[in-house]
Amino acid sequence: MSGRSLNLVGLVLVGVIGLAFMFLTPRLAELDTVLDLTVYMIMAILALSLALIWGYGGILCFGQSAFFGLGAYTYAIAMFNIGESTLPVILAVILPAAFAALLGYFMFYGRISDVYLGVITLTVTLILFNSVNSTAGPEFHIGTARLGGFNGIPGIPPLNLPFNKSAVIDLEGMFYLATGALLLTYFGLRLLLASQFGRIIVGIRENERRAELLGYDPRAYKLVTFTIGGALAGFAGCLFANWGNFVSPTIFGLAQSAQIIIWVIVGGRGTLIGPVIGCIGIQWLSAALGANQPSGGADVWSKIFANAPLILGIILIAFVLLVPKGLVPTAADIVEFFLGRRRRRREQRGFEPQQAE
Amino acid sequence: MDLVALLAIQVLYAIASLALISVGLAIIFGMMRVINLAHGEFLMLGGYAAIVATSRGISIWLSMLVVAPLVVGIIGLIVERTIIRFLYGRMIDTMLATWGLSLFLVGLTTAIFGNTTVGISAPLGSIQIGDYRTSAYTLFVIAVAMVVLGAIFAVMRWTRLGLIARGTMQNANMAAALGVNPPRVYAVTFGVGAALSGLAGAVLAPVSGVFPTIGAAYVAKSFITVIGGGAAVLSGTVSASALFGTINQIATFVTTPVFGEVALLAAAIVLIRLLPQGITGRFFRRGL
Repeated sequence: MSGRSLNLVGLVLVGVIGLAFMFLTPRLAELDTVLDLTVYMIMAILALSLALIWGYGGILCFGQSAFFGLGAYTYAIAMFNIGESTLPVILAVILPAAFAALLGYFMFYGRISDVYLGVITLTVTLILFNSVNSTAGPEFHIGTARLGGFNGIPGIPPLNLPFNKSAVIDLEGMFYLATGALLLTYFGLRLLLASQFGRIIVGIRENERRAELLGYDPRAYKLVTFTIGGALAGFAGCLFANWGNFVSPTIFGLAQSAQIIIWVIVGGRGTLIGPVIGCIGIQWLSAALGANQPSGGADVWSKIFANAPLILGIILIAFVLLVPKGLVPTAADIVEFFLGRRRRRREQRGFEPQQAE
Repeated sequence: MDLVALLAIQVLYAIASLALISVGLAIIFGMMRVINLAHGEFLMLGGYAAIVATSRGISIWLSMLVVAPLVVGIIGLIVERTIIRFLYGRMIDTMLATWGLSLFLVGLTTAIFGNTTVGISAPLGSIQIGDYRTSAYTLFVIAVAMVVLGAIFAVMRWTRLGLIARGTMQNANMAAALGVNPPRVYAVTFGVGAALSGLAGAVLAPVSGVFPTIGAAYVAKSFITVIGGGAAVLSGTVSASALFGTINQIATFVTTPVFGEVALLAAAIVLIRLLPQGITGRFFRRGL
C-alpha cells in the first residue's frame, strides 16, 4: 500500500469512527457518561489547536490555556451582557484570535527564538491568571458581568440556536455540538495542512532560513498559524464555559497549560490524531485515578494516585526521556519497520531506480 | 524625606529579592543553556527544608543559610544525574522534562505536607525610620543578596574553579581538549545553581510563607529576569533585577501588589521585543 492510499484509509477511518461515535453514544450511554465525554471532546479541540501551532508550525506555546481561558471569559461576560449566544460565540473566537495576533506580532516580528517564545507565552498566561485572580471585588465588572476574581463566574447562560433565544441547547445537544465541532476541526486542519499554506508552515518548521531564502516570510506565516491556533483554543474555551456553566481563573493556570502540552507530547508532535488520542487518554486516566478530587483518601496510595500533578509530571518526564516522538509516530515507525522490511526485500529483486533524497 | 527613605528601602528589597530568586537560574541557564522550569520548585523545596529544620530545633539562621542550600543542592545533583544529563543540547526537551519535574515535585510536596501554607515568623524586629517602621528582615534580605552576588563574582573572577567554569561556558569542546571534564563541570554547576535557589527560597520563606504551588509565583519572575538580563550571568542578573525591581515596586506603590507584578511582566515583554538579546546583549557586554 502506498503512503497516499494509507493516508486516505486513515482519513475515512477517522470519519467513520467519529460519526459512529457521535450518533451512537447518546443512544447507548447514560447521560452522565455523555456529559463526561462532552468535555473530552472540547479538550480535544484544544489539543488540536496546539497540535497545529506546535506540531506543524514548530511554535512552542506554553500558554495555550491563555487563549482557552480568554475564550471562556469572553463568552461568559458577553453572555451576561447580551443574553443571546450568537454574538458571544463569535466574540469568543475573535477576541482570543486578536490577542494571539498581537502577542504573535511581538514575538515573531521581534524574531525571538523558540525557547524564549515558550517563556514569554508562559509569562503572559501568568499575567492573565494573576490579573483575573485579583478581580474579586464588586468594582471589577464589565457591563453587568462581575469578574468574580478567584471565585470565578458561576451560572453562565447556556448556548442557544443562532438568533433564537428560546431554543436552548440541552446536554445531549452539547455533545453533538462538541463532537461535531471536533470532527470539523480535525478535517478542517487536515485540509489546511494539505493546502499550499500547510506545506509552507511545515517547510518553515523544518528549516526557517531555507524557507525564507525561497521567498516566504516566516514571520507572517507563523503569525497566521498562531492566530488560527488562538481562535481554535478560544472556541474550545467558549464550549467549555458552556459545558460547566462556570469559569474560574484556574483555566489560565499552569496546570492547564501543562496538560495541553502533555496531550500533544503523549500523542505525538506532527500528527493530528495523536493529540486527540493523547487528550482523551490522559483525561480518562486522570478521571479513572480520581485525580480530579484533590484530597482523595487518607492512605498513602490514594494520596499518590489522587494527585494529578504527580502523575502528569511522571508521564511528562517519562515520555520526554523514553518516547520523545509520542505514541502515534512511534506506532507508525513500528508499522513502517515491518512493512519496510517486506518492501526492501521486494526491491532487492526488482530493478527500480534509486530515488534521490 | 522619611517616606523617600522607606521607598528606597522597598525598591532595594524588590531588587534584592529578584536577584536572589534568579541567580541560581541564571547560573544554570548561562552556563549550560538549560532552561530549568522546575526552578520555582527548587525555591519551594528550600523553603520547606528551612521550615522543617527549624521545627526540629535547629537555629533558624543555620537552617536557612546552611541546611536549605545543602538539601536542595543535593536534590539538584540527583536531578542532573537522573534526568538532565540525557538531554544536553536538546533545549526544548529539557524544558519539557523539567516542567514534568516541576509538576512531580508539586504533587510530591502536596502529598507530604498538604495543600496549606506553612510559615516561620521572620526573626529580627522592626526598625524606625522617622515616622515609619519597617521590618529589619528586609535589610537582612538585601544583605544576603549582596553577599551572594559578591561571592559569585569573587569565585568566578579569582578562583581556578571560576576559570574552569567560565572556560566551559564559552567553549565546552576546547575546555575538554585542555583536560577539563565538562560533564562534571555541568553536574557541579547544576548543583550550585540548585543550592543557591534553595538558599533564596529559604531566605524568602519567612516573608511569603511556603506552600506547594508557590514555585509558580517565582518561576515567571526569575525567567523574565534571566532572559531580560541576557547572556552575562552576573551583570545581566543585577541589571535586569534593578530595572524590573524598580518598576515592580513603583507600580506596587501606586496601585496594588498584583498590578505591580503585572507591570513587571509587561515591562519584560516590551524589553524582550526591544532587546531580544537581553540587556547585556547591548550594554555591559564585557561584564561577567
